[in-house]
Amino acid sequence: MSAGQVYAGVGMEETEARVDESTVSGVRGVQTLSMAKAITAGLREALRGDDKVLLMGEDIGSLGGVFRVTEGLKAEFGEHRVLDTPLAESGIVGTAIGLAMRGYRPVVEIQFDGFIFPAFDQITTQLSRLTLRHDGSVSMPVVIRVPYGGHIGSIEHHQESPEAYFAHTPGLRVVSPSNPHDAYWMIQEAIASNDPVLYFEPKSRYWPKGPVDLDHSGLPLHASRVVRQGTDVTVVGHGAMVSTLLQAADIAGEEGTSLEVVDLRSLSPIDYGPLLDSVQRTGRLVVAQEAYGNVSIGSEIAATVAERAFYSLEAPVLRVSGFDTPFPPAALETEFLPSPDRVLEAVDRALAY
Amino acid sequence: MAALEREFSAPTLQLLTHEGELRPTPEAEQFLPVIESLADAELEQFYRDMMISRRIDIAGANLQRQGQLALWVPSHGQEAAQVGSGRAARPQDHIFPSYREHIVGIIRGLDPVKILSLLRGVTLGGWNPAENGNFHLYTLVLASQTLHATGYAMGLGFDGATATGDPESDAAVLVYLGDGATSQGDASEALVFAASYRTPQVFLVQNNQWAISVPVSRQSPSPIANRGYGFGMPGVRIDGNDVLVSYAVSRTALEEARSGLGPSYIEAVTYRMGAHTTADDPTKYRTQDEVDYWAQRDPITRYRTWLEGRGASAAFFDEVDVEAQDAASDVRRRALDLGAPTREAIFEHVYSDPHPLMRDQYAWLDRFERSLDGGDA
Repeated sequence: MSAGQVYAGVGMEETEARVDESTVSGVRGVQTLSMAKAITAGLREALRGDDKVLLMGEDIGSLGGVFRVTEGLKAEFGEHRVLDTPLAESGIVGTAIGLAMRGYRPVVEIQFDGFIFPAFDQITTQLSRLTLRHDGSVSMPVVIRVPYGGHIGSIEHHQESPEAYFAHTPGLRVVSPSNPHDAYWMIQEAIASNDPVLYFEPKSRYWPKGPVDLDHSGLPLHASRVVRQGTDVTVVGHGAMVSTLLQAADIAGEEGTSLEVVDLRSLSPIDYGPLLDSVQRTGRLVVAQEAYGNVSIGSEIAATVAERAFYSLEAPVLRVSGFDTPFPPAALETEFLPSPDRVLEAVDRALAY
Repeated sequence: MAALEREFSAPTLQLLTHEGELRPTPEAEQFLPVIESLADAELEQFYRDMMISRRIDIAGANLQRQGQLALWVPSHGQEAAQVGSGRAARPQDHIFPSYREHIVGIIRGLDPVKILSLLRGVTLGGWNPAENGNFHLYTLVLASQTLHATGYAMGLGFDGATATGDPESDAAVLVYLGDGATSQGDASEALVFAASYRTPQVFLVQNNQWAISVPVSRQSPSPIANRGYGFGMPGVRIDGNDVLVSYAVSRTALEEARSGLGPSYIEAVTYRMGAHTTADDPTKYRTQDEVDYWAQRDPITRYRTWLEGRGASAAFFDEVDVEAQDAASDVRRRALDLGAPTREAIFEHVYSDPHPLMRDQYAWLDRFERSLDGGDA
């Protein structure tokens, strides 16, 4: 199987010719993994490849994390590589900063999205600025893994999408994979980055399995990607929303409307190239996100596309977001979160212009 | 009477009385041999350091009054707490200051002009710790540095860079914070992590009685030193205006840290004779009586009295006066020569790896500014 075929499950389009490398020694081929296990595999590669890589977090050792993403890693690498820390998020990030000053590459797990805020000060006033404050003589290769988003039916503070706060902060990089293949590679690329990276893991996509090409990343960390080609309307999102957009594209296709789906993958910096190319062809853009819409990633994309592709647009850029309320009780989450139907409602509005 | 204990106290360890007599308090007696082991030159260096600190402090405040600095952070009154602890560290140790420990930086080899460059608005950082005696950057968000120090100390442990039994290579971390900063959550979280990982680390709290305008009684009804025990490490309260006890206790705590015994927590009771910063007016919140009380406990006066008593010559004190004045004049002169950074500095080190926004925004700004200069846009 060539690397290009791997992405068929997520509607990936890769036109580049690929050499079949299955006969080359050392090639490990393609495995079918859940995103959670793909991240585990990526972490294992990083821990094997560099003894300065450390994992830190609450319950990540013997338990393997509440989502079992670090399962087995403490047994394999020891308690000095996989640290069950005290239960204090600011303390975890603050000590990770000190360890980075010492030359380590800490990978921090925040247990749930809504619990990142005790560490917000260390992330925004310290981690994000220390390279600048040291005139580049000290780097901050710290990765903060954040399980995020809804659709898991959980309680308050367990279903949030706080990524915009961090994308707004200079000095940080923010990424979010949408599928197991990207999750496997992007965690390794985030760890290899010399800058702090917020790595947002869409919880609702932890369990569905997909192909992972263990030999080829396919794209750099901060590249966005067209995951399904179409001609009428471009729809863009990140993380779990990419699955929603692909479902919407299926439904639209049955109704005769062709959607082009773009997976952002990186929220800071945003790779606008594929998105602008797409909008120049379709003339219409719908941005979808689980996060609150006010002052969001979607707002930024709408503004930038309006600035940079104004004469290509046949309709205003439309946003489909979570409402500007606290994430509701789980019984109401399907009404709060953008669904394929909500996306298609926006697509219809865009087409009405 | 309450059934539960509600009285909180801690002895204050002192070697040198405020009249300048070497007369250890009972709890401090065990530290006397540390002082007795010092050569005259080392004892004289404490005095020289404290005088340089005070002269530079005056120069810094004057520069601010003359509009040459945005702010000055006075250290007048806290020289003994800073010099004693700073001199107690070994070259391989790492020091995480707050933002008032100018003389500790100087002791570690930092050019004080680099501190002034921060306060003059020329840089956000100012120096590379690896090239300046492992003296890390100032941190303005209170107590943030306590966690960085603890993480660094965890790393020393993971690296086997401490507790090997070799005093020439075993390293420890010394971190400074103030009485106000002890109320920050990070200050407590750092103690949790330090105790949990038994880090080679000393926390040095300078209790200068005031967090801008709020007295220490608002931060803690109990001696701050007692917090150490609550988190699982020794807590010691010392007279922070006694350079000898400051040195002896800090050195002992650092040695124990390097030998693998874990972290400790020192509260140095001192007084900020000046304002919090030059933006502050201390006459609005504290009395002249209180300032006079502490002036009688001046760390330099008592130490000079003691040195004179043990035979230091008048020529030595004259020489140090000149040296300190020269150091201050030199700092003043060179601070005035600090040039502005180029606009590239806004973008250059925000990220370590290449970043498209930094590249594009710098290019735009550069083009825009050149167009205003009449160049081509």
